[in-house]
Amino acid sequence: MPLRLVAEDVSVARGGRLLFEGVGFVADAGDLVELRGANGSGKTSLLRAIAGFLRPRAGRIAFEGVEEPPLALHYLGHLNALKGAASVRSHLSHWLGLFGGGIDEDVALERVGLTRQAKLPARVLSQGQGRRLSLARLLIAPRPIWLLDEPAAALDVEGRAMLCRLIDAHRAEGGLVVAAVHDVLGPTPSQTLQIGATT
Amino acid sequence: MLSSFANPARFMGFSSWAAPALALLAVALFAIGLPWALFVSPADYQQGETVRIMYVHVPAASFSMGIYAFMGAASFIGLVWRHVLADIAARSAAPIGATYAALCLLTGSLWGAPTWGTWWEWDGRLTSMLVLFLIYLGYIGLWSSIEDEERAAKLAAILCLVGLINLPIIKFSVDWWSTLHQPASIFRAEGPAIHASMLAPLAVMAGAYAALFGALLLFNMRAAIHRRRIEAARLRAGAT
Amino acid sequence: MSAFAVTFRRDFALMWSGGGALAPLGYFLGATMLVPLAMGPDRALLAAAGPPLVWIAAALAVLATLERLFQADLEDGALDQMMLSPAPLEVLVFAKGAALWCAVGAPLALAGAPAAIALQAPLALVPAVVASLALGMAAFIGMGLVGAAVTASVKRGGVLIALIVLPFFAPPIIFGAAVAQGEAVTSALLILAGCALGACALGPIAAAAALRLQAE
Repeated sequence: MPLRLVAEDVSVARGGRLLFEGVGFVADAGDLVELRGANGSGKTSLLRAIAGFLRPRAGRIAFEGVEEPPLALHYLGHLNALKGAASVRSHLSHWLGLFGGGIDEDVALERVGLTRQAKLPARVLSQGQGRRLSLARLLIAPRPIWLLDEPAAALDVEGRAMLCRLIDAHRAEGGLVVAAVHDVLGPTPSQTLQIGATT
Repeated sequence: MLSSFANPARFMGFSSWAAPALALLAVALFAIGLPWALFVSPADYQQGETVRIMYVHVPAASFSMGIYAFMGAASFIGLVWRHVLADIAARSAAPIGATYAALCLLTGSLWGAPTWGTWWEWDGRLTSMLVLFLIYLGYIGLWSSIEDEERAAKLAAILCLVGLINLPIIKFSVDWWSTLHQPASIFRAEGPAIHASMLAPLAVMAGAYAALFGALLLFNMRAAIHRRRIEAARLRAGAT
Repeated sequence: MSAFAVTFRRDFALMWSGGGALAPLGYFLGATMLVPLAMGPDRALLAAAGPPLVWIAAALAVLATLERLFQADLEDGALDQMMLSPAPLEVLVFAKGAALWCAVGAPLALAGAPAAIALQAPLALVPAVVASLALGMAAFIGMGLVGAAVTASVKRGGVLIALIVLPFFAPPIIFGAAVAQGEAVTSALLILAGCALGACALGPIAAAAALRLQAE
């Protein structure tokens, strides 16, 4: 069965408050779904619901063509999941073990442009460099579905170009990307979803 | 029966008359039980008048344990079937259980003064009750320190169940500890044979405690549901 | 390396980086020192009542390490990543507990030897005290995982963790203190091992359930 992500009539509530309802989309291999909406509209919550971290109040989120959904996806949130005292390289070997299997640490580092920082502890990285390291997590263990929450946050011009290349390459390999964005990400989305605009 | 309780609207309808009815029953049973226990019932031939403390102490002890078991059941239902009312029931029962436990500790201490000659004896039962009281405090503390009600309910439910699994172990170890340190020479108040003239007022007092628990639980739950509705209305107003 | 191994290795390394695991040791020795200061230096009195107090110091020292155990992972997003691992969250939580035992629990158990000697425990009893502390630490940490997980989102939750966890420390303290007093040593050690096993089985399951809720 080919890869497909289906969201049907999803509504999500946080802290007793309904964030959005009736959101749905279908995404196939190679697609990029852009989520747009004001602050607090629930873009992050939708991504977390797709990741399986939180249970939608109503609706259905289904995966086709993958066996265990949590193991088929990467989640890149606002937080970079970095430990200040650990080195850049040790983060990658940690994720390699955590997610099981994948590519060489050095290849991943090179693709996000952190080769020179490999031995530095994560606490000395700038915001943008931290983001790059977090992006390397997407590469270290190949998984078909990427859930990206404002992936370009803190990235410089060159970093954004790198992000575009990563997303393009991932789509070309048959991957699927769902990204919450504020401004133009770069790659042409297959569809754009407006969250929380109705109320 | 359970499913009708699970519906908040139906619960509000049922509790609107059940809570005051139970409260009246509690008042009536205390009105009978307290004078009976404290004045009419016979004094113990060994303990004398101090045995009357038992009528307040023993029901408080057994109900504070029973209430924790009730909270455990409610927590389980809340976790597995996601019943909001079960969460509210567990939360609403906790302060009552803690108060009963405190009452048990207090009366135990009062009874200890004439009987053992000390205001606090590290007796196995009293120590177990102290641990239970602390578990209640931890549960209430966790509830009140997490703002998101739904999350607080689930986390407190996990804690409650862990406590429920631990309680027999704690009870066993405290018993082991008390026999290690005090050979069985200490006089036990709750001997095997309680005379019938003592049993009847004790039963009335137990009924009074049960009715009081029921009434307070329902009042607490109603207050919690009202609070949730107000909160929901406020959130809706803020969202538009 | 497996998900268990990398989680264990990272937590162990982070606990030791900057000497972080030395602090509980210092706490333990400091608390032990307070005992003779409070009871007086009389050797007979200390020998009669002192050794079990090693357990109070050890319980407090391990308690102090619990607050940040999961809170840090919740705050920096590492918990999200743990939930996307092929390894069950329970296993990863167990790995974190095992790392805490190795980095803090085992050194504390070893430090129990000089502490017990200083509190006038008979030398012949010291190996049993160390062994009992090692088991007791596993029981403390197993229960501590639950307290740390349910309070992971509570800011400055240290006191709350203590309130939640201390009642669950009662059984290991009781049997550990019996060992330190030289009473029923073998059976107390066996029961302690049972406590440790139970806590290590129950703790990660309950803690993982709580952490999934924290991530919602």
